[in-house]
Amino acid sequence: MEGEATYVSDLDNLKATELRLGLPGTDAPEKPTPASPRGSKRALLAADEECQSKSKSLGADSSGQEAAPVAKAQVVGWPPIRSYRKNSFQARKAEEEAAGLFVKVSMDGAPYLRKIDLKVYEGYKELRKALENLFKCFSLGELSGMEGCNGSEYAITYEDKDGDWMLVGDVPWEMFISSCKRLRIMSGSEARGMRSSP
Amino acid sequence: MSEDEEDETRGGEEKRRSPDPGRGGGGGANPPPPFSDQVLENVLENVLQFLDSRRDRNAVSLVCRSWCRAEAQTRRDLFIGNCYAVSPARAVERFRRVRALVLKGKPRFADFNLVPPRWGAGFYPWLAALAPAYPWLERLCLKRMSISDADLSLLALSFPTFRDLTLICCDGFGTAGLAAIAEHCRHLRVLDLIENDVEEEEEEMVDWVSRFSTTSLESLVFDFVGCAVNLDALEALVARSPSLRRLRVNQHVSVGHLRRLMERAPQLTHLGTGSFGEGGGGGGEVEVADLEAAFAASRSLVCLSGFRDLAPEYLPAICPACANLASLNLSYADITAEQLKPVIIHCHNLQTFWVLDTVGDEGLQVVAATCKDLRELRVFPLDVTEDSEGSVSDVGLVAISQGCRKLRSILYFCQRMTNAAVATMSENCQELVVFRLCIMGRHRPDHLTREPMDEGFGAIVMNCKKLTRLAVSGLLTDKAFGYIGMYGKLLRTLSVAFAGNSDLGLRYVLEGCPKLQKLEIRDSPFGDAGLLSGIHHYYNMRFLWMSSCKLSLRGCKEVAQRLPHLVVEWIRDKPEEDDGEAVEKLYVYRSLAGRRNDAPPFVEIL
Repeated sequence: MEGEATYVSDLDNLKATELRLGLPGTDAPEKPTPASPRGSKRALLAADEECQSKSKSLGADSSGQEAAPVAKAQVVGWPPIRSYRKNSFQARKAEEEAAGLFVKVSMDGAPYLRKIDLKVYEGYKELRKALENLFKCFSLGELSGMEGCNGSEYAITYEDKDGDWMLVGDVPWEMFISSCKRLRIMSGSEARGMRSSP
Repeated sequence: MSEDEEDETRGGEEKRRSPDPGRGGGGGANPPPPFSDQVLENVLENVLQFLDSRRDRNAVSLVCRSWCRAEAQTRRDLFIGNCYAVSPARAVERFRRVRALVLKGKPRFADFNLVPPRWGAGFYPWLAALAPAYPWLERLCLKRMSISDADLSLLALSFPTFRDLTLICCDGFGTAGLAAIAEHCRHLRVLDLIENDVEEEEEEMVDWVSRFSTTSLESLVFDFVGCAVNLDALEALVARSPSLRRLRVNQHVSVGHLRRLMERAPQLTHLGTGSFGEGGGGGGEVEVADLEAAFAASRSLVCLSGFRDLAPEYLPAICPACANLASLNLSYADITAEQLKPVIIHCHNLQTFWVLDTVGDEGLQVVAATCKDLRELRVFPLDVTEDSEGSVSDVGLVAISQGCRKLRSILYFCQRMTNAAVATMSENCQELVVFRLCIMGRHRPDHLTREPMDEGFGAIVMNCKKLTRLAVSGLLTDKAFGYIGMYGKLLRTLSVAFAGNSDLGLRYVLEGCPKLQKLEIRDSPFGDAGLLSGIHHYYNMRFLWMSSCKLSLRGCKEVAQRLPHLVVEWIRDKPEEDDGEAVEKLYVYRSLAGRRNDAPPFVEIL
């Protein structure tokens, strides 16, 4: 671009007379990380380092694609799209994935059912805990729907896409939430029967 | 369509450059002028009433006290760009005969959840002042304000000749408020609800569409009001509104209902479809041919939008209307280039086009080949995450720049971009006034050369001599800001995210861009030194926003001390991350009203 050469030297001059809050002679363009880095700044710094190392490796990546992306922390408000726009697509996606999200949970002997969102749990352990909390007023004790074990007389079961009642815990979590239509906490003899199956 | 139609003309507020209380007030305390002066004033008023532009009017008001008074008496349209820049009392005291008011509240970054809820911008204090002062108020446009159902009710009851209500990106109200407006504004002509946050529980929903008492409705826009409406009432309303020209419905209106509405209102110029496919509230399926006939019969259509829940086979139904279209918004339609093509090739007169990136570079090439008159293009991402694949790139941008030479405004979301492509656009599209490029992955360099995007944006500011609004992204060093400061002499609005190296970057901009009005920055390493370099300019700006930068309390306090007419807000909405020294969110604006008295606990005014 025109004037680039003079521009670059101007830049140098400016840098020489630049007012900084740091001590003269220090050259770090960025302030050192504060004692307790904030979440978003941590992500920013991590991203900085990552991208600087990427941009320095000129020619190393011939495909022009980004290197295998490091999972970046989700940043608030980025990319800058208004929520009603984001929601209008997510709402549709949610409807399409009807099998997985909010499911009814019934417990034998309880007068009413509950509903939970399977997406908020990371695995079976969290789910069990959540169910315990939901139904603790019915003095559940410890729920164990996993491998047949001692303790309470309850088993957590679910109805899958085919309409069959399955014991919770056999399949990987992702597969479970995509096929679970409803949950039922079975009690008593039925539970014992399920637990004793191989 | 008015997504973010920021009015760019400078100095629209009542505010002047160096706030001078002597000039600003109304004539209440002054003795009446001598007779000859009074005659002059009357003559002047008669002349001034023809002056529309608020920029001209502001200039007129600076001539002398007499002219200031005369201008104040004749200003009908009042524009307040920041509701906290002046007190309502002061505004109504100076301008006694206002018929139309535009009022803006929260900073734009509020749209991206960066401003905590209940921050402010409540409409009520203004309403309380407007009601007694302007009984003949006719038009009101609010942007990013909080307005409650009670406010809407009061509004409806306070102004007997009220005609036009436009609410853009507002929140706090629901269907009860809408019902009040519909019922009590007997002369209502315009009710435009654009991108507001209207969320309601089903039980609380009110059938507001049934309540309309006006017969002179010209425009009804409710495409993002979330609740279903009474479709029979809507149809009846359309049928008894011969002046209706603009109708945009929400996704609960099915294609079947849409067709009936179109039959009732063949004179429509602006149409926003509801669901354009299988979804919507039932109402029967419609044959594509019947739908096409409806579009053929609507000979006045110039603007189409909506297309939610699109079933792609329905899209060609709009073809009969395409040749006349000036504006087409397909940004909710998940379509491919193949699906776009049969429609877009008819749109020779298109000036505004909004689309999803699912059409890809190929789709944009078709647009470039056909829409030679295109002035505004917006390409939105379907997948709004940083790590998404991204379907459009530098290729699409270059194609557009080659085909659409008259382009004035572009908003482009992508994952891959090159300096060369941006530079090519800067050379081909000399009419560019607005250039907003969002490379969604943070700190992404040019994907071919791996260089920062400095040169591309540099070319834009250098070559596009009419540029007033710029949004930058990708990997950027201070050099980019150097270019902006050097060449961006007409720049009024600048948006920066995840860019720059040091205070120098901010300094270049604040020292180099004399017309800068609105500066919004997030997640960039600019600190106190950069902030302080703008002290000479902040009174000329509407606002400065800086979040997740490197500001400290000391620097912000210094700005507050040195500029008494500046309100310096420290927004501390994350007390758990607050160490008491770093300023995570800063919002700075000039004001004649001093510190506001409605600041919530998490806002500290320095």
